[in-house]
Amino acid sequence: MENRFPIWKNILIVVVVVMGLFYSLPNLFGEDPSLQISPQRNAPLDNSVLQSIEKALSDSGIKPISNELSATSILLRFNDTTDQYKAYDLLKTELGTEYTVALNLAPATPEWLRSMGGDPMYLGLDLRGGVHFLLDVDMEAAIKQAEERYTEDIRLALRNAKIRYTSVSNVQGAITVTFKNREILNQAKDVLRKELRELVLKESDSEIGLIAKITEAEKQETRKFALAQNITTLRNRVNELGVAEPVIQQQGNRRIVVQLPGVQDTTRAKDILGATATLEFRMVDVEHDVQNAINTHAPVGTRLYKERNGNPVLLKRRIIVTGDQIVDAASGIDQQGGTPAVFITMNGVGAKKMAKITRENIGKPMAVVYIDTKVSTVMENGQKVRKKTKTEEVINRAIIRDSFSKRFQITGLDSTKEARNLSLLLRAGALAAPVEIVEERTVGPSLGKDNIDRGFLSVMVGFVLVLAFMAVYYRIFGLVADVALTMNLVLIVAFLSMMQATLTLPGIAGIVLTVGMAVDANVLIFERMREEIRNGNSPQTSIFVGYEKAFSTIFDANITTLIAAIVLFSFGTGPIKGFAVTLSIGILTSMFTAIMGTRMLINLIYGNRRVKQLSI
Amino acid sequence: MDLSRTNFDFLGKRKIAMIGSGILLIASLSSLAVSGLKLGIDFTGGTLLEVGYKQPVTLSKTRKSLKNGGFGDAVVQHFGSSKEILIHIPLQKGVSSAHLSNRVMDVLNVSEGQNGEKLRVEFVGPQVGDELTEDGGLAMLYSMFGILIYVAWRFEYKFALGSVAALIHDVIITLGLFSALGLEFDLTVLAAVLAVIGYSLNDTIVVYDRIRENFRKMRKGTSEKIMNVSLNQTLSRTLMTSLTTLLVLVALAFLGGQSIHNFALALIFGVVVGTYSSIFIASPVVLGLGVTQADLLIPEKEGEGIDVRP
Repeated sequence: MENRFPIWKNILIVVVVVMGLFYSLPNLFGEDPSLQISPQRNAPLDNSVLQSIEKALSDSGIKPISNELSATSILLRFNDTTDQYKAYDLLKTELGTEYTVALNLAPATPEWLRSMGGDPMYLGLDLRGGVHFLLDVDMEAAIKQAEERYTEDIRLALRNAKIRYTSVSNVQGAITVTFKNREILNQAKDVLRKELRELVLKESDSEIGLIAKITEAEKQETRKFALAQNITTLRNRVNELGVAEPVIQQQGNRRIVVQLPGVQDTTRAKDILGATATLEFRMVDVEHDVQNAINTHAPVGTRLYKERNGNPVLLKRRIIVTGDQIVDAASGIDQQGGTPAVFITMNGVGAKKMAKITRENIGKPMAVVYIDTKVSTVMENGQKVRKKTKTEEVINRAIIRDSFSKRFQITGLDSTKEARNLSLLLRAGALAAPVEIVEERTVGPSLGKDNIDRGFLSVMVGFVLVLAFMAVYYRIFGLVADVALTMNLVLIVAFLSMMQATLTLPGIAGIVLTVGMAVDANVLIFERMREEIRNGNSPQTSIFVGYEKAFSTIFDANITTLIAAIVLFSFGTGPIKGFAVTLSIGILTSMFTAIMGTRMLINLIYGNRRVKQLSI
Repeated sequence: MDLSRTNFDFLGKRKIAMIGSGILLIASLSSLAVSGLKLGIDFTGGTLLEVGYKQPVTLSKTRKSLKNGGFGDAVVQHFGSSKEILIHIPLQKGVSSAHLSNRVMDVLNVSEGQNGEKLRVEFVGPQVGDELTEDGGLAMLYSMFGILIYVAWRFEYKFALGSVAALIHDVIITLGLFSALGLEFDLTVLAAVLAVIGYSLNDTIVVYDRIRENFRKMRKGTSEKIMNVSLNQTLSRTLMTSLTTLLVLVALAFLGGQSIHNFALALIFGVVVGTYSSIFIASPVVLGLGVTQADLLIPEKEGEGIDVRP
């Protein structure tokens, strides 16, 4: 029953504390305003590029602190934000569309520390500034697109098997194929069963026909694929926007979280993220009369479209090439007309198709259709209604002068901005299903900095208040508790840095709360010791008993707070999660420092000696 | 200052305490029923815009220009200083757009004659608002349930009921205070309430622990007397911890800035009410349920404090 720790325990505690100090060090170094320059597509990224950038900067009198060249980007650090912004404006014009220049706050951790895994805490958006979006994927649209694909596949499969069908129609997920007689129906059934296993076939009651539906398992697959594909596409788009350290993650089974630190122009971000703009190429129908089609209906194999200026146009139904087959797109100015244009490169399949069609149709007009779908949820009569607006307009009609395949250009766009956005979207790929922004939280950088300052001040002031109070009320033991409290704070910071957990403003509040509650464990122990002394026990016994008896109480009490923190973590999002994380970490570290840390110190001070009176 | 030799008859006064609590509870519930809670957009959906200017802004002018711009149901208030305003726009009928904030800024920049800086924008769509409300309610239920089970396991079911009664008391009064004072209840405040649940329980457990120890130690004495002694013994510790926690929370409330102000207030209310309820609600309930020494005699085999006595 001695107040002494075995050597290994003491060493363990010291090691933990030292590591804590080490891993919380990176946070003292702050961040440098910096620029991240990434090449688009095949633009070069090497020393010569770096040198030309440096020369451009020095010519304008801007001197970066340092530069780093990595495989994916160049990072330039600056003394302050003024330099950073000047350089940003300069380089954006200099480097044009070949490179994206992004504002960034790069941690100023020295190299030796970083190589050992020391990183500063990861700051949440409410401390850094930036924007957080929650996107909802329109799963119903994804399923509908799948249905349309299968309808085409059914047509194709039956045609290939030379089975004649009377009609194929898709009504709310039930694809009905009708036939002339039972024989043909049975043939068709066999073919479809073999070819299209993802469909469930049923015979129609009302007519000689088959009703095909997509299996539930296949629907699930479609949804999962739509979500995964959207995440990939969004990642591409965000990369194109040139944001440093974006976060794109799945949330639940139909939502995507996109976080863009440092982004200020949220309008462009919103336009790009939710856009479903794409292109389709079709031949113009010159055989039928447009007016006739408007008055009655479009003849078989054609469809009525409108041009941007409102003129009606009749186009053939058959799509030649779609946006999927576009492998590269760049915006620029058309040489001849001086208007904004998009220069397009096709992939192999698209090129072949294009070559064939253009070869066969020289002298005939081809049209480019611009398609855009916007989804929004509005409140109508107290109900939530999902509205979808699909725009399909012909932006260009041109006579095919020559056969072309891989590369060509599109004009007929409204502005350079539209050309730039369209080329970005064509490059990044199409969304598998439309998305809708259901939540947006933007924090400006000045508010972010404000929050950090205030949060830091609260922690410091609260900390000092508690330190003073403990020292006054519990004297030497109070000082010991103060040391434990300091170590507690250091350990929390170290943990957050090591785990790269996100620190938010509520997270800082969580740290503040932990500082207040951490003393609780110590108070329990010390009050116990005081009581034992009052009961007439010797000082050494009181110390020992105090620690022993208090342990289970501390444990029980802290577990309940931990339960609340875990519930918060699982249900909360973003900032709330940050609070739950710091609270949980704080509870664990405070238990460690209070029980083991202070005990070690007390044992060192009082253990194994003749003590007459405890200064408590 | 020696709080150790106190001998307050806490439990003897429990009738008065019950009446006092009863009044507070009724007041809270009626305030909630009549005025309701001022729910933030996290729960109702809508758009929140925090704009900062270099010169102070007159709210009446701002309101008028917003009305003219088609944002008649926008609510504007100063936020922290006269140079910062907070605009709350509920979900618009027939219009749902994350682009709303830009339109508002355009209207404001023209009317104010100075360009405001968009400090913070929050838009919550209708579905998300509903979900957060539901999730929030569920979170509170889950944590209460988890706690009920844990306390019943560690102590005994009467204690579990006592602790949950105290928690429900705390939550209702905290919500009542928010309702009566018209303070906005957003997601961070809900988080604070959950934290209060955890913290208040902390307190209650410490008291229960002592009660259990005394029941086993003290051979004679009524349940009431034993519990009274326990409450007195833990009084100094309870007050101390509440005091230190309040110290830091007050620092947070004053220095943490406007956005975290309500969060800190919720915590402060919760700590004060929670301390009170640990003494005057939890234990009386347990007593009222007729606890006896027998309830606690089954020896627990988990890491208990060693009873160091000859």
